[in-house]
Amino acid sequence: MSAIDVAGLYVRRGNRAVVQDASFGAERGDILALMGASGSGKTTVLRAIAGLDPIAGGTIIIGDVHVDASRPLRADGRRLLHRRVGMVFQFHHLFAHLTALHNVWLAPVHVLHQSQQQAEAHARELLDQLGVGHRVDALPHELSGGEAQRVAIARALAVGPPVLLMDEPTASLDPERRGELAATLRQLASGGTTLIVATHDVEFVNACSCRVMRMEDGRIR
Amino acid sequence: MKLLTATDVVFGALIVLAAGSPAVAQNPPELRWGGDAEGGAPYVEADPGDPTKVVGYEVEIAQLLAAGLGRSPRFIQTAFASLEASVARGDFDIVLDGIEDTPARRARLAITIPYHQFREVLTVRAADAARFRMLADLRGRRVATLSATLAYELLTKAQAESGVIPITYEDDVHPYSDLVLGRIDAVLLDDVIAARRVAQNPGLISQPAEVGAGYYVGILAPGNTALRDRIDEILKAAMRDGRLEAIFRKWKMWNDDQQRLYARVTAAPLDIAADTSTSGTTTAPGQWEAVRRYLPALLNAALITLGLSCVSMALAVAVGVVVASGRVYGPKPMRLALTAWVETIRGTPLLLQLFVLYYGLATVVELPAMFAAFLGLGLNYAAYESEIYRGALEAIPAGQLDAARALGFSERQTLLLIRGPQAFRLALPAMTNDFVALLKDSSLVSVITVVELTKQTSIFANNIGSWVVPGAVCAALYLLLSLPIAHAARRLERGWSRKRV
Repeated sequence: MSAIDVAGLYVRRGNRAVVQDASFGAERGDILALMGASGSGKTTVLRAIAGLDPIAGGTIIIGDVHVDASRPLRADGRRLLHRRVGMVFQFHHLFAHLTALHNVWLAPVHVLHQSQQQAEAHARELLDQLGVGHRVDALPHELSGGEAQRVAIARALAVGPPVLLMDEPTASLDPERRGELAATLRQLASGGTTLIVATHDVEFVNACSCRVMRMEDGRIR
Repeated sequence: MKLLTATDVVFGALIVLAAGSPAVAQNPPELRWGGDAEGGAPYVEADPGDPTKVVGYEVEIAQLLAAGLGRSPRFIQTAFASLEASVARGDFDIVLDGIEDTPARRARLAITIPYHQFREVLTVRAADAARFRMLADLRGRRVATLSATLAYELLTKAQAESGVIPITYEDDVHPYSDLVLGRIDAVLLDDVIAARRVAQNPGLISQPAEVGAGYYVGILAPGNTALRDRIDEILKAAMRDGRLEAIFRKWKMWNDDQQRLYARVTAAPLDIAADTSTSGTTTAPGQWEAVRRYLPALLNAALITLGLSCVSMALAVAVGVVVASGRVYGPKPMRLALTAWVETIRGTPLLLQLFVLYYGLATVVELPAMFAAFLGLGLNYAAYESEIYRGALEAIPAGQLDAARALGFSERQTLLLIRGPQAFRLALPAMTNDFVALLKDSSLVSVITVVELTKQTSIFANNIGSWVVPGAVCAALYLLLSLPIAHAARRLERGWSRKRV
């Protein structure tokens, strides 16, 4: 069974269709790279899958969650969707008033109802794995771009989504860190997480040896 | 080239005004007299037939004096509380507005001979006529009067002697309407005023027993004794030939008291205050002695100001948060209704809102003065707070809200855990600012009979006849209240932005 199945996806912005008839799928543990020029619709596809933007046509099936353009999700359906799909944004969007550690354990405690002790221990583990274990007490504005990006990845991973979407994850990383991130993603995938990565970084795509899908003018080629 | 600043423009305008005004004052010769037409009949009031003119017995006395001096009278409208200070500064020549003869006034102004004797009378509801006959019957009861009057002094004396509670008003209409409503149990004021109000309110009666008596005099700047002496002669002449009597008869204020007064005044050069004044004030105390005497009352009033400001701010914050959330998250009809409410509150004066709450609603719901003050200040500031919070909520980057949704937070959780806390930090400087403003705006509640710091200071200043020391003490108390708040807020902000350069 596919981890994610997208069929005939349309997304409109006003009268303009910014994503047209996009269909693709990925198995559990796949890394799928969504490549294309700026404005080709990569980010829009990710936002639609994450349930952040409404879809105008098509279906998205992620495990037990079925999103259909003709039947918009209600609040509980949307909540379930957010449990199945995580997203790391191009800009980190960390919660500005909380420390790195607090950013990571907030959702496990309040959304998954884990104990704070358990969630905090897991958060430290994730931050250690991503190489920012020494920055747990820093506020977002005190982190470098690369550090903030890795804290944001840890935050998305902390709720354990089977599908993780990443928008230009290497944009704020130097080449050395890019290699490390590729290794991290391979490790995640081998653990069963399905990754869909929007990027135009060819070296990174080669480093994580993933399947490539190209987008052009809102269509998948 | 240097651009004109606002200061230059203001100074320029002042110079033009200053140059222009003496010419206006000299030609033709005028007797400029001050009064407050808001006080109403029979003293001075706007002519119902022509609101640009004033009528009243004081108007006719002014005409009489002006004629005697060979000048033409010109009325200058001034708030009652400012009449003394204005005449002392030279804004006009004389005040004629039911001004009481007191030792304090004698000490610092030039005062004419008395031209009318009044009695202080106690007005009560007809149903209470048998049990509230005099002040001593009103232990623990609220008795109203105007501040800085002989009646107020009599009440503060009765407060010490028999435990009545003095309540001060800024005008002489609302004490009687509040008496009808049962907010207070008696009013002590001049017979002239009481007679009019009792005639308008059938449920009220004035007790016959005289509580005190005093005289109306004209007051002039202290250096203006030459004009005062000429006016005294004109008044005496008018007492002898019956012209004053005619005026008071016309306004239904003539009685035997006046006859006796005129006989005494015209008989010989005498100091009327020395033998007959019933004023409670003895000699004016020294300023520092006065501060020592008034300080407990001022501290008490400062506590009222602080307490009222704190609870009002709490209400403003609570309502402000709800309104702001409604405007950011609510459906369109709710947003429109809340926007309309905010604009109405922000677009109308707080003073008007207080009047409406306390006096306007009195026929529907009788709010106690302190509660009306709390509600008025709290709801007024809530409108401003809600705008601050709305702005702060909307300033939180949309990306963080997307991130929160993607993590599975509900809207409510996002507001409470992510958006709200950050918005609060953004709003804090403006909130601190508003709290300090509220602390000062709370002085407006004196119009609905709450005696807070500014009102107590004004009573103090009126009693000693100077604003210098009371003003300084009052300013120091306001600073003592506001500086710690500003300081605490700054520390909190610094704590949040640690390491940020």
